[in-house]
Amino acid sequence: MVRRTKSGPIRVLIAKPGLDGHDRGAKVVARALRDAGMEVIYAGLRQTPEEVVRAALEEDVDLIGLSILSGAHMALFPKILKLLKAQKAGNIPVFAGGIIPDEDARRLKKQGIRAIFGPGTTLQEIVTTAQRLARGPA
Amino acid sequence: MTGSARTPPLARAILDGDRRALARTITAVENGDPRVSATLRTLYPHTGRAPVIGLTGPLGVGKSSLLSVLIGLLRERRKTVGVVAIDPSSPFTGGSVLGDRIRLERKANDDGVFFRSMASRGEAGGVAASTRAVARLLDAAGYEVIFVETVGSGQVDVAIRGIATTSVVVLVPHLGDEVQTLKAGLFEIADVFCVNKADLPGADLAAKDLSELVALGAARDGWAPPIVPTSTTRPAGIEELWQAIEAHEQFLDRTGLRVAHERARLSAEITNRVKDRVGHEVAERLDRDAELRRLLDRVVARKIDPAGAADELFRRRYATR
Repeated sequence: MVRRTKSGPIRVLIAKPGLDGHDRGAKVVARALRDAGMEVIYAGLRQTPEEVVRAALEEDVDLIGLSILSGAHMALFPKILKLLKAQKAGNIPVFAGGIIPDEDARRLKKQGIRAIFGPGTTLQEIVTTAQRLARGPA
Repeated sequence: MTGSARTPPLARAILDGDRRALARTITAVENGDPRVSATLRTLYPHTGRAPVIGLTGPLGVGKSSLLSVLIGLLRERRKTVGVVAIDPSSPFTGGSVLGDRIRLERKANDDGVFFRSMASRGEAGGVAASTRAVARLLDAAGYEVIFVETVGSGQVDVAIRGIATTSVVVLVPHLGDEVQTLKAGLFEIADVFCVNKADLPGADLAAKDLSELVALGAARDGWAPPIVPTSTTRPAGIEELWQAIEAHEQFLDRTGLRVAHERARLSAEITNRVKDRVGHEVAERLDRDAELRRLLDRVVARKIDPAGAADELFRRRYATR
């Protein structure tokens, strides 16, 4: 297996699992990461966990960002983490944003979501965290 | 070399259909990582089998949507499909948003499709510098049909010609009058014209203008590019579009042009690789050249012109006769 090269730009998948159609936030984040020099694969709305994981592996991303406002995060995020592990890709850091109650956020972080951004997060904070997650020791 | 113990493990994995190994190798190729050159060398004899279908045309004409329905059609026919879809990199930050996956509709567990998004990374012409190598990897991995979707192209973005066996130029109604079709560049590279969004008014006129163009220039190698109206929302014309692509592929085989074209493409690739290396070397050397700085002073002072300075440098450093 090729060792991950750190020479190219950071590749990040931005996806919206679940059924809500509110993708403004995901698009704004995609744009901010682009402006920070990343290659953002924007997968768009209504992605199943299987589709998210498939896209992450085909695109060989350094990082996955999930956006969700439907409330289904406790069902969908753990499923994505589990599928990644099953594909031996559990080392790809996953961060999330949307409407996620604090208690859920704590539980999701314990399960392996590396960062969770709620309303009021600055774009700079998201960019800095994404850079740290993608380039940090995995 | 297939099956031999000397096949490098990464090449072996790709030949055996390991999607992760393929994805990682594509990244390494994109990043110009020299560690995969042995792998590429081993895989090369396994390439040149799959037709490479280029989809090009201005931004917003529906290339990604067409690609999605074409993939659907080919999957119904049990053909496996590899895709490279290119979107532009920012010339300012190097970043990009690669959005061609959005249109992709397929069964989540379908291993018969491998879709890879790619940023152009500063390369002009509508594709990235490594697109050809990535298309070759998909071929080696055994995908039976390869699609390359270019950046939304301008009139001179014809680099797809150096990669694809069949180039489909996708247009829509109301892109301009028939004079546009006379202009050089994009219209010259089509093996198949597709008039997408044919459900919109004006599609007939667009097809008619194109048919005039084709009638005037039909002599090229004896192939007259068919003009296929399509709509991806209905969808309509997709079957006909694929038939037109296949007809061109068969034409290439029948006439022996497949081999001739491939030879010309490979010749250009080798030439360009040498040109790139020589160019880099020259630039590096000139950067350290005191003679250049001396001449530059005179150019800045308007004593000699830039072309004269270049002549002088070339004579002193590179002229062999």
